[in-house]
Amino acid sequence: MGADEPAIAVAGLNHWFGRGEASKQALFDVNLVVARGSLTVLMGPSGSGKTTLLTLMGCLRDVQQGSVRLLGHELAAAPERQLVAMRRRLGFIFQAHNLHESLTARQNVLMGLHVKPRRLRAAGDGAAAHVLGLLGLADRMDYLPANLSGGQKQRVAIARALVGDPEVVFADEPTAALDRDSGLNVVELLKHLGRTRGMTTVMVTHDSRIIGLADRVVTLEDGRIDAAAVHG
Amino acid sequence: MTRILTRLLGRLPIGWLQLTHSRGRLIAALAGVAFANVLVFVQLAILGSMSIATGRPYDFFESGLMISAADADSMTDGSNVARQWLFQALAHPQVTAGAPLFVGNVTLQHAGTTMSLTTFGVDPTQPAFLSPALRPGAELLTLPESGIIDRLTRGLDPQDAAAIGPSWPATLEVRGRTLTVYGSFEGGGGFGVDGFLVVSDQTFLKIVQNRQTGAPDHILLALAPGADADQVAQDLRGMISDRTLRIRSYAQARAEDIAYQQTRRPTGIIFGFGVIIGVLVGLVIVYQVLSTDVADHIHEYATFKAIGYRQRFLLGIVLEEALILAILGAGPGYLIARALIAGMRKATNLPLELGTSTAVAVVVGTAMACALSGALATRRLALADPADLF
Repeated sequence: MGADEPAIAVAGLNHWFGRGEASKQALFDVNLVVARGSLTVLMGPSGSGKTTLLTLMGCLRDVQQGSVRLLGHELAAAPERQLVAMRRRLGFIFQAHNLHESLTARQNVLMGLHVKPRRLRAAGDGAAAHVLGLLGLADRMDYLPANLSGGQKQRVAIARALVGDPEVVFADEPTAALDRDSGLNVVELLKHLGRTRGMTTVMVTHDSRIIGLADRVVTLEDGRIDAAAVHG
Repeated sequence: MTRILTRLLGRLPIGWLQLTHSRGRLIAALAGVAFANVLVFVQLAILGSMSIATGRPYDFFESGLMISAADADSMTDGSNVARQWLFQALAHPQVTAGAPLFVGNVTLQHAGTTMSLTTFGVDPTQPAFLSPALRPGAELLTLPESGIIDRLTRGLDPQDAAAIGPSWPATLEVRGRTLTVYGSFEGGGGFGVDGFLVVSDQTFLKIVQNRQTGAPDHILLALAPGADADQVAQDLRGMISDRTLRIRSYAQARAEDIAYQQTRRPTGIIFGFGVIIGVLVGLVIVYQVLSTDVADHIHEYATFKAIGYRQRFLLGIVLEEALILAILGAGPGYLIARALIAGMRKATNLPLELGTSTAVAVVVGTAMACALSGALATRRLALADPADLF
């Protein structure tokens, strides 16, 4: 990937759910460029296509029509093997934390690391402890999710996404379960990683506190990007 | 345990952690696997005891070849053979001796107890055809209406039976006659009889109705040292006038008898099915446990897929769980089965045993069955779609 090449370049993207007459178009000719190291917020009402766009850019769905270039690789028609390899370079933060209930906080975070290249895996426990510490969970590392609060679980999920030094992070309402300070800390951390490591973040959120911190805000309406509402 | 498994697997033992996270479910799963193991162990022990009981009478004699009637599927079944075939067989240069063997089930009374004994009539002047354990008693069989009895016969007091000897004989009643036993040997009950009795051919003809000297049940043949039993059997098939006879090596006759009991007799088939049912029960239990487990953790599996783990990693977790269940379930299953088998052995006097090799084979088989169940359960993993997580 060239230094000037954007982290994500979406062009002429259309997407449908269902087949035949029952099919419903979710995205209409979406064009979007996300600069490397930036924090981009996707906004829009429910059903506007934010999540669909997020999953397409995050290699979690097959591109049906149009182009999605992620970190210099075209995702349209890419084989599953390549999509899996790409996902290993990404970080995901889900609204529902999706932690493994039988693994401790540290072990959950390690699962985000073990899938990464050997040089990153070698950091092991130390890296997991470091990220959990940054997120204020140093004293909760060996707790099972059942013994953590909703906010703590969400921070473990964030740590799992960040521990492997991802190049792009896709997040869906990552601060919804967090209090004001914790939410701001998380966004500051994401921005810091963008500045220092060039990590790109694409986030779906309705949190007005975060919108002000974003490098760019993109609004979707009925599956289309509202050009008048793109800021940054 | 987690550390050991982490070292063994080279990753976090997620299967183990997942199983031990729900203790109640783990205990229920292990109980199910142990139950299936008990079924298989016990059925195998019964099947094995049938083989031992079937093969046991062959241990009482020594022979190179055995001539039997065409319908003699076992030592105690089938028509008689004409003694004249013995004389024809003796014409073969590699056949050094021959002896008729009479076999019949006889009901006898002793001390108010009725016993059904498989009774062998042998030629006491040819002790070479008897096993080393029976050979010393051959001379006693020349006495009129005498015999040697299986001291493990059901219905005999073990201490009294062990004391039987020339100076301390015991008497049995059979068809209004008194039979005196002057010695004992170690046999053991079977599925259809209480024990064994060895008498001379002359005594046999007196205590068993409608039998004749010229029509024994089998003919035993001794071969010259180094003789090829199969080759001699083939030669005899061409030499002896009755082409329908079964002429086999003694070892082959024993093996065919056991196979007949296991695969064509109802008892053998039933116990064989018991083993299969045990395996199926185990498969269903483990499948149920694992598929429920996969369904319960479908979001976690989808998360693993989203962050870049391949399908085979998820399969590895399910197979890890399957193998842990197999290994942990086998121990209690083995111990319970041993206790049950010991109780059954005491109650029936059958040669019920649970050998180490059988136990190991069952554990390996259980692991394979659990892996199969796990592989079936992983079909549900296809439902783990990471796109659904957002």
